[in-house]
Amino acid sequence: MELNKLTAHGLKHLLDKGDISNIDICNDVLEAIEKKDKALNAIVHFDKEKAIEKSKASKGLPIFIKDNICVKDELTTCSSKILSGFRPPYNATVIEKLLKKDFVLMGKTNMDEFAFGSSTESSCYGPTKNPWDLERIPGGSSGGSAACVAADEAIFALGSDTGGSIRQPAALCGVVGLKPTYGRVSRYGLIAFASSLDQIGTLTKDVEDAALLLKTISGHDAMDSTSVPVSTPDYSLKIKDSIKGLRIGVPQEYFGQGLDSDVKDSVLKAIDKIGQLGAKCEKVSLPHTEYAVAVYYIVATAEASSNLARFDGVQYGLRAKDVKSIEEMYKKTRALGFGDEAKRRIILGTFALSSGYYDAYYLRALRVRTLIKKDFDEAFAKFDAILTPTSPTPAFKIGEKTQDPLTMYLSDIFTISANLAGIPGVSIPCGFTKENLPVGLQILGKPFDEETILKVAYNYEQATEWHKKRPDL
Amino acid sequence: MANYEVVIGLEVHLQLKTKTKVFCGCSAAFGAPPNTHTCPVCLGFPGSLPVLNREALKLGAKVAMALNCRVAEEIRFDRKNYFYPDLPKDYQISQYGQPLSQRGYLLILTEGKEKRIGITRVHLEEDTGKLLHGTGQSLIDFNRAGTPLLEIVSEPDISSPEEAYFYLTALKSILEYIDVSDCNMEEGSLRCDANISVRKKGTKELGVKTEIKNMNSFKAVRAALEHEAARQIETLESGGKITQETRLFDSARGVTEPMRSKEEAHDYRYFPEPDLAPFDFEKDVLRDIKREMPELPEPRRKRFMSEYKLSDYDAAVLVSDKALADYFEKCSSLYKKYKIIANWIMGDISAYMKEHGLTIDRLNLKSEYLTGMLDMIDKGIISGKIAKTLLIDIVRTGKDPLSLVKEKGLEQITDTAQIDQAVADVIKENKRIADDFMGGKQNAVMALVGKVMAKTKGKANPQKVIEMLKESLKGGL
Ligand SMILES: [Zn+2]
Repeated sequence: MELNKLTAHGLKHLLDKGDISNIDICNDVLEAIEKKDKALNAIVHFDKEKAIEKSKASKGLPIFIKDNICVKDELTTCSSKILSGFRPPYNATVIEKLLKKDFVLMGKTNMDEFAFGSSTESSCYGPTKNPWDLERIPGGSSGGSAACVAADEAIFALGSDTGGSIRQPAALCGVVGLKPTYGRVSRYGLIAFASSLDQIGTLTKDVEDAALLLKTISGHDAMDSTSVPVSTPDYSLKIKDSIKGLRIGVPQEYFGQGLDSDVKDSVLKAIDKIGQLGAKCEKVSLPHTEYAVAVYYIVATAEASSNLARFDGVQYGLRAKDVKSIEEMYKKTRALGFGDEAKRRIILGTFALSSGYYDAYYLRALRVRTLIKKDFDEAFAKFDAILTPTSPTPAFKIGEKTQDPLTMYLSDIFTISANLAGIPGVSIPCGFTKENLPVGLQILGKPFDEETILKVAYNYEQATEWHKKRPDL
Repeated sequence: MANYEVVIGLEVHLQLKTKTKVFCGCSAAFGAPPNTHTCPVCLGFPGSLPVLNREALKLGAKVAMALNCRVAEEIRFDRKNYFYPDLPKDYQISQYGQPLSQRGYLLILTEGKEKRIGITRVHLEEDTGKLLHGTGQSLIDFNRAGTPLLEIVSEPDISSPEEAYFYLTALKSILEYIDVSDCNMEEGSLRCDANISVRKKGTKELGVKTEIKNMNSFKAVRAALEHEAARQIETLESGGKITQETRLFDSARGVTEPMRSKEEAHDYRYFPEPDLAPFDFEKDVLRDIKREMPELPEPRRKRFMSEYKLSDYDAAVLVSDKALADYFEKCSSLYKKYKIIANWIMGDISAYMKEHGLTIDRLNLKSEYLTGMLDMIDKGIISGKIAKTLLIDIVRTGKDPLSLVKEKGLEQITDTAQIDQAVADVIKENKRIADDFMGGKQNAVMALVGKVMAKTKGKANPQKVIEMLKESLKGGL
């Protein structure tokens, strides 16, 4: 039996019955990794012996963690040279929560350096491949997490989503990717990219697993001032309710130019299906959508330029050798440690915050961000959820967009707005292109109403077979 | 010199006396072994997040209210970005766009008159670590990183180095009254930078200013500003121009000099701190702070003048030190000749404290012992002169004045027969002086009084001795 191919809730059932032990699961996962990860490069920090040891000491399920979430005494590098060798002296809050529930931390997954990217190509460990086509990217920045779940190297994984970094790779790899509401999950221990946008979320094989994992990692955290004190519902039960009578908005702005026709077909069919399941789907307008990418690349890079200042070679990570002054140490360390995309974003953000430009860029971006949020507030006054494509295209070829950052930035065009508005979103498999590449449907919801979007996702999933398809590797 | 006026603004950085740091739970205590009061948050480790210490905010608001500032309804923080090894995150969490409070004032006394010095803003921020430079290497102690710091910026309302000194003294006195900081400039819990410019009297436009740093006492601030004002005037008078720059004060040589490192025009790229969501300052917390606000030095000075009929000067000296003023008030409930209490506190007691480096709290002198002693003088049990030595005995032994007087036999001699004998002896032994007196030299009697006091070991009442001497000499020898 290949236990690595099962879902977490399926395995739990078997564990509870006593049919299997968690060592069995671990063994199957290890076998899959050995077989496939040389080709995929989804996992960057992994120690087989340690993983077995940990499994023996626990009764829980194995899980993989994106490389930007701090695990005490274990390599946490954001797939960047500048954090080479860095082992945090503490656990992120989500890690503490997982450990409390007996989860086994297997290792760290590949990502775009500091989560800067939509393809996992900017990792210092080299790109992760898409399990559906090894010549293609898995999406990003949580490409490692998405790919290892899609390839059954993992049962599930944690990722982080700043502008689509969970949902877009989930769509491109054919798995379920959930970005919770900003403030639902503690950011303590998530190495910040853009503090006002980052949110930890889940990559799973189905919606029920997303519900299960979300319940585990959610909750107010006194260590994170932006975490919100709201109760965590028991999602696993509520998502199984019917969606009859739910009002669903379909924003026309998400179906215009640049949308791949196969993707469009799959998404429109999915919307029809959801209508057949009893929801009422209607057109809605989110008029400020076209500004989202511009706003995002100012706000996100501005915050990133400040968040990444601390990687200066003083306390941890890389430090350039043979330097004669502190200035030289800073310059050489950062020149050596950061990749091109990180440098590009630091420069962009520094520029946007500079005196004389602050008002024109950063301040204006904040104002437009408010307008984008207002668009959603108004839409959600009428609708319970919003349906869109997750990504305008299926997985593209490795190297196809690395020389053209602007095109790359447009990969997040449909996912960015949710981060700017702070609302939850989930991407679920909804079809395949002619080239047999997965397509994702994005479901957006009201703040702290993950329940409704998971309910829509679950109902759709139960009525379709897309989520059961696995790549041949 | 006389046709120039000086314009000064002061920036004070104050370490707030909280138990823990401003954004983490580490101890904020001074003097621990290096890097023992640290955690991922104050070390700026990746993934760590700040959580505001409400106590620091309260103390900050207390200062703001004591300086008559308006406290903001909404609390916001900003990031100030710059690279420096003592700054763990390479940005400082501070307040920029909307500080904790703005637009207040502080009253100072200058040339016997009250003057208002405007307070531009008071804001909360985190302190940096400390660099320790050795030969060939530099080390960093992050114990201080993240301790709460309050920046108090004055308007350029200060018109002389002397006024700057008064401003700092008055500020320190207020801060001590509200008990928010140790205010120790040597230990760095209070730091001060100054902006200074000069202009011809009558001109409206401000001159080019320089910023003066590295002053480690209020007197150093005054000295630095005196030197800098003179330097600027001299430069202008000799046809030169003032360069806008930062200058360091060299206290040993009493001069300011341009900072040697190349001055970079800093762009701090302030922006709202996304890790700390803005929040409304709870009205009831503010109300509590207001209710618990103690009487401040200025109103207290005025009350001392009206309630105890003290002079302007006496009242000012007493209230400038809260503990001293408290001590005075304790005594005043036991003894009603207030001026006499004030004289003793400001005279012998202060002198003793100064000599031994003590403060009134550390001085072993119960208020009832001081007033008990003053009572004994009034009742003629001891002389004022004996009291001066008795005071020191009380402080040294901690015993009450009555037992000490009995133990040492210090009671004043009230038995006239005993004094009579001493007077007669002194006149006999000092005929020349007695002759002088009778020849019209009135002062000569004081020399005789001294001799009588010596003979009676100071225990005779000097007034009585004078009377008896005059009486004895009236009839001739
Ligand atoms: Zn700390």
